[in-house]
Amino acid sequence: MKAFEASDDIPLTALKIVIAGGFGVGKTTMVATVSEIEPLTTEEILTTASAATDSLAGVENKTTTTVSMDFGRITLWRQQLQLLLFGTPGQDRFWFMWDDLALGSIGAVVLADTRRLDDCFSAVEFFEDRGVPFVVAVNEFDTAHRYTAEEVQAAIELNPDVPVIMFDARAPYSTQQVLIRLVEYALTLSLRSSPESEPVLAPPTPTSPTTTFDGNPHRAL
Amino acid sequence: MAEDTAHLRLYALTGGRTRPARALGLVSRVRATPGLAPSTVDRLGPESAQVLELCGREPCSVAEIAGRLGIPVQVTKILLSDLLDAHVLVPALPPREADGSDPLLLEAALEGLRSL
Repeated sequence: MKAFEASDDIPLTALKIVIAGGFGVGKTTMVATVSEIEPLTTEEILTTASAATDSLAGVENKTTTTVSMDFGRITLWRQQLQLLLFGTPGQDRFWFMWDDLALGSIGAVVLADTRRLDDCFSAVEFFEDRGVPFVVAVNEFDTAHRYTAEEVQAAIELNPDVPVIMFDARAPYSTQQVLIRLVEYALTLSLRSSPESEPVLAPPTPTSPTTTFDGNPHRAL
Repeated sequence: MAEDTAHLRLYALTGGRTRPARALGLVSRVRATPGLAPSTVDRLGPESAQVLELCGREPCSVAEIAGRLGIPVQVTKILLSDLLDAHVLVPALPPREADGSDPLLLEAALEGLRSL
């Protein structure tokens, strides 16, 4: 047996990144820009009559819809990691699909177009509600009026912690920076929450009265 | 018309099942079992043969296999689950799905992305 001889056998840990946002906002472009393979379209069939899914009765009455996701990947060989990117449709009715995608993922990039900011509201709300780390990336279309990140943040009523990045989905460097910001942000959140969830080595240092500081409503979490 | 044929093909693949026997996620990766007997390979249907070709050299994720075969993810999972049960495929290492909030993994991802 020489099971571990070939380089194919290097165990790669796969991590998901969700690319969400409204129709025509640049999800497909973004996935294509960063992916090391020709981006693929992955399909999922949705059956509306979910309760009766396992029964064969009434099959002809069920409505099925096909939802397409853009799929691409980036292999980080030295780190033995593979980032799998999923560009998903932004409509509310596909939320259950996002649940599956978001589970165990690094987080999400919510793409926004300043001409139609409303389109990203449902995605923002979804990831906020589920505590999934996300950044908002504003794809700067040539014809769009340029806003500042602060203006966009205010318009979407984002938590001020959430990074807002202006970028160009066609540009590899720009797109790479968005992914870096997302991972940085996810790391910050993960380090912030871990002392509570895993009190591993030392017990927490005696807390000072600052923990009851009530001056900042934005930190009410 | 073409759609009807496509549905029939999917039905034939799954035998009407809607769920895979094994818990497979979108990013679960599989590879061909090393040293498969040619007789086993010959018995495979066209889709299974395609799967084998895709992950014969290196492991491939469920999402990618679904995309390359052009069949829905759920159907792909059922097909792969059957092939795993038949020992035509084996799960690629590491067998468990990673936790994207693990700080060590995130640090590694950051390092990798920055050096691209």
